Amino acid sequence: MKRFVARHVAALPKSGIRDFFEIVSKMKDVISLGIGEPDFDTPWHIREAAIYALEKGKTHYTSNLGLLELRRAISTYVERNYTMAYRPEDEVLVTVGVSEAIDLALRALLNPGDKVLYHQPCYVSYHPSVALAHGVALAVPTREADGFALNAEDLERAWQPGCKVLMVNFPCNPTGGTCDRARLEKIARFAVEKDLIVLSDEIYSELVYDSAHTSLAAMPGMRERTVFLHGFSKAFAMTGFRIGYACGPAELVEAMMKVHQYSMLCAPILSQEAAVEALARGEDGVKEMREQYHRRRDLVVRRLNAAGLPCRAPGGAFYVFPSIASTGLGDRDFAYGLLQAQSVAVVPGTAFGEGGKGFVRASFATGYEQLVEACDRIERFVNAASPCPAPSSS
Amino acid sequence: MNPVLKLLVEGGHLTAAQIAQVAGIPEAEVNRQLEQLKKDRIFLGWRPVLDLSRAEATAVRAVIEVKMTPERGGGFNRLAERISKFDEVESCYLMSGAYDLLIFVNGPSLQKVASFVSEKLSTLGGVLSTSTHFLLRSYKEGSFLIEAPAEDAERLKVSP
Repeated sequence: MKRFVARHVAALPKSGIRDFFEIVSKMKDVISLGIGEPDFDTPWHIREAAIYALEKGKTHYTSNLGLLELRRAISTYVERNYTMAYRPEDEVLVTVGVSEAIDLALRALLNPGDKVLYHQPCYVSYHPSVALAHGVALAVPTREADGFALNAEDLERAWQPGCKVLMVNFPCNPTGGTCDRARLEKIARFAVEKDLIVLSDEIYSELVYDSAHTSLAAMPGMRERTVFLHGFSKAFAMTGFRIGYACGPAELVEAMMKVHQYSMLCAPILSQEAAVEALARGEDGVKEMREQYHRRRDLVVRRLNAAGLPCRAPGGAFYVFPSIASTGLGDRDFAYGLLQAQSVAVVPGTAFGEGGKGFVRASFATGYEQLVEACDRIERFVNAASPCPAPSSS
Repeated sequence: MNPVLKLLVEGGHLTAAQIAQVAGIPEAEVNRQLEQLKKDRIFLGWRPVLDLSRAEATAVRAVIEVKMTPERGGGFNRLAERISKFDEVESCYLMSGAYDLLIFVNGPSLQKVASFVSEKLSTLGGVLSTSTHFLLRSYKEGSFLIEAPAEDAERLKVSP
């Protein structure tokens, strides 16, 4: 049957996480630091709002763009927290998570062969999403020494004629990297100079720990060429609701809405109702969760460094991305070895692109007790795995 | 807020060693701070949260609304403290509204609780009236849901 599968789909690489997941899911008593979603349950007031909506018979389609009440709330929230103002009537589109929004944007923007710059290591879907929209993805490296921030100079080097889109994700999954204002300004100048449309995935932007988050869309000249992508999954712990949104210039939102209306029609109304509640009364809960992530981050960074895995403190998201080079193991061998020997799951860095070679992603979206135990086990594994130091010749 | 106190407020049941790791301070310092919190009467003590109905242990609990006469100089305090000292009294609060004290009482049987109310509580000088409500069933205790679903890991074990 393989011959029936479209060439560009057949050519997609196998997910680096999938086979790892298969192994982990069959094991018992694993402490998993491989999970890319909050461990907190969705706050009850949000779940209760969804139940209430169901009881009230809110089971119908909504406008393609999403409930106007939700778009208004999103518009207010984005203006207050990110400084960009978008009209709820035609500049906000409610989507099935940021994943759908990325797919819509790429399908709405790309002609076959158009090139897309994205930084790497990055979220697993970026490269495949570009390929599915018949674009060509060009990876731009980010480095540990810069805290995995993106440098305009690297964009310059990777740029080729035919580049149309730049995708950025800060704070970044898997690195936890953030981008300071000085870097964002340079990236903005680059995007203007090269006439690029920017897709800015800011799904982790509430979860920053050391300095306030700044959106690339807020940089000079960027609002008119940026699609701001955000959602409720991470900050409000609503992954299973699958609800996100895109804000941008009306013409782009209209183009994305066309794809959305013929593929998805609208985001589920119950999730939209829950999102209205999240924006109305959820921010205290976000703050509490952020404080807990912050303490967990500090714990894990301190413990991994002490265990001999160099690990900088990520500025945002809930992942650390330590280098495992000192163990002499490759990232896949490290992850499989750790799983077999100590029953702790982390994700090999190369699952997030070649730039992740020599690193692993460990999520700290797990309770304190589990994190302490996982760090103890990682320490034991690293001690056993480290090559013995060569005897001193003196 | 002091980080040790913050972790206590969050209500996890971390050991001193775990608190030390999370807060990033030595275990000895955690113990010192716990002692200080006790000295300052901020941290009053540990208690397990139990659902005794499952242990077939009979326990009767009641909530009692008490109206009383405040004293010149001391208000309600002297009498409230006196009431609080009875072993049967789990908790005792001064309230705004239609009555003055709200008391949670615990006893091995209905008769024991009833006799506490009729023989001890309502006979105290200054107590004007009592209104006793027996607890029939508990749905949530000390932040724990009684009928919480089994804690199976709902999250995928590895996800992007």
